[in-house]
Amino acid sequence: MSRPLVSVSDLTIHFRTDEGLVTAVDGASFDLRDGEILGLVGESGSGKSVTAKSLMLLNAGNTVYDPKSRITLRDDHNGGDIDVLSLTRERDMKVIRGGAISMIFQEPMASFAPAITIGDQMVEQLLLHTSMSKREASVFSIEMLQRVGISDAPQRFAQYAFELSGGMRQRAMIAMALTTRPKLLIADEPTTALDVTIQAQVLDLMRDLVAEFGMAILFITHDLGVIAQTADRVAVMYLGEIVETGTVRQVIRSPAHPYTKGLLNALPRLDDLTSTLTPVAGDIPSPLERPSGCVFHTRCPEIIRGRCDVEVPPLTSLGKGHDVSCFAVSASKKDSRSETPGEVIS
Amino acid sequence: MTDKPLITIRDLSVHFPIGGGLFGNKAVVRAVNKVSLDIPAGTFFGLVGESGSGNTTLVRAILKAVPITGGHVEYNDDGVHYDLSPLSAKDLKEYRKRCQLIFQDPYAALSPRMTVRDIIAEPLEVMKLTSSRAETDERVREIAAKCRLNLEHLRRYPHAFSGGQRQRISIARALVCNPRFLVADECVAALDVSIQADILNLLKAFQDELGLTFLFISHDLSVVAHTCDKVAVMYLGQIVEIAATKTLFRTPRHPYTKALLSAIPLLDPDAEHTSIKLEGEIPSPSNPPSGCKFHTRCAFARDKCRVDEPSLIGKGDNHFVACHFADELMGEAGRAGTA
Repeated sequence: MSRPLVSVSDLTIHFRTDEGLVTAVDGASFDLRDGEILGLVGESGSGKSVTAKSLMLLNAGNTVYDPKSRITLRDDHNGGDIDVLSLTRERDMKVIRGGAISMIFQEPMASFAPAITIGDQMVEQLLLHTSMSKREASVFSIEMLQRVGISDAPQRFAQYAFELSGGMRQRAMIAMALTTRPKLLIADEPTTALDVTIQAQVLDLMRDLVAEFGMAILFITHDLGVIAQTADRVAVMYLGEIVETGTVRQVIRSPAHPYTKGLLNALPRLDDLTSTLTPVAGDIPSPLERPSGCVFHTRCPEIIRGRCDVEVPPLTSLGKGHDVSCFAVSASKKDSRSETPGEVIS
Repeated sequence: MTDKPLITIRDLSVHFPIGGGLFGNKAVVRAVNKVSLDIPAGTFFGLVGESGSGNTTLVRAILKAVPITGGHVEYNDDGVHYDLSPLSAKDLKEYRKRCQLIFQDPYAALSPRMTVRDIIAEPLEVMKLTSSRAETDERVREIAAKCRLNLEHLRRYPHAFSGGQRQRISIARALVCNPRFLVADECVAALDVSIQADILNLLKAFQDELGLTFLFISHDLSVVAHTCDKVAVMYLGQIVEIAATKTLFRTPRHPYTKALLSAIPLLDPDAEHTSIKLEGEIPSPSNPPSGCKFHTRCAFARDKCRVDEPSLIGKGDNHFVACHFADELMGEAGRAGTA
């Protein structure tokens, strides 16, 4: 297998705040290969966005990256690797930002400049990142708008963001992110602000574009249904830690971590209207009061007292790329090797 | 329906003027257009639709928070009767004691300068429902306990709470004046799934315990499917389908309902994409299509749909649908129907 496009290892991010150092991400590791869609799932406050932004060094000035953290980006032009976290000069970062990596956000209205036309914004980044002339850039941008399914593209090109509907804005955002042919697209809750019918259209479009452009996508969402329909692999985050990773089928069909199981049980399902919804007990702790030991032990129904609240569980492999960090799972695995851990869903 | 419904809506219209020419040539947005609806007492009634469908305007009209252009809204509860169109200011105050609203965003709905106790006590004080501070405090403590808020939380400010806890504070505030009818406008949309289930269970418990009637607006059909007893689907200011929840999700009849159902991303990664994909977006309510408002996006639209506006017709079993070809389309069952 070829080298992964992006490799994140032991990513640990703290923020300096008035209340002291707050840990946002703690020891997250994952790889992303070309053309792969990795879903990053978790509640708000779990560190998904901070993780994604660190790939482009977009976190605020009070961010402290732990010295052992490493993010490497395969550099196809020069054949080596780019050590992202070591970049300090603006012009080095430009290779990544909008070049190798593009990002689309949850609220497209807030991501477009309100007083500049959609077209001018698309052209501007092409002039920055490519050798196109202004004229070529305009023609190419209009083609991209057409490609993402925007009708009357030349007309839309000359309009402002507020003149477009929510779904159209998100399409324009995707078109803009793809004009520079990024290797990695970071999509931070791209469909959360959209209606279900429009969400379905945008997800379809994104699947098509992966097939056509072959880029990798880091797809951040809190919606496991969206993940099931788009991603190849999933990483479940809780309080800054990746507690379970695996293929979509592994994680959704046979979740191993109690948190993943909890998330799935809390989800209202259309195929079973009579079942009651089981919330994950308790509230997500404040990042200022990070629990000792396993971060989930304060809400965990399978807690092993004296162990989970003291030691940090290591990531254990369940085979075939399915990893989980939980003492209860590794204990039951030793007890009965034949049984598959976790419940199997339909 | 044998009992008299708690809320009876007949031909309700809410139009907003836009622009407005100098010479009377005024354009209007028909946010809600001739809606008729009954909300039976004690039900959890769901209202579903894309943004721009007019569902928020409809509930605001029910609470008389927007001017009603035409039609009637009536409230009937144990001999208490209000007709909203000619409601006096005094009656409106009385009416609002009975009808309360839970908002979507628990971060914006609570004043950051008030303690939780003051937030929950405010309706009691404004409506002069209690006569002494001690009585107010007791009532606040009682309702806080019901919403599973710790008593020590009452002294704190909202910023100290998570989204789920804040929504519980919002619910406590809405319940403190003993309302009979609660409107929840997207009240779980801003919450994480793990918390969402907790809030939904809490609301359902209040429905059973206190016999409350709920009007629940949501764009999330799976949430509606799990909580509501009855559902109405809105599109461009009109109701296109009403049925009991199970009926609606098993045998949706309107093409719009079917499309909405099939747009929900299923948890099964191998689920086939058989969904009826809706093309385009919801048209502007200031310039709605002729005939059936849905014909511009409907895969089954025929000539008749472009001209004739279908009315809501009963199909038995309290299932109402506004589609000329609802019977013919029965064969094309929605995905939830086949599951």
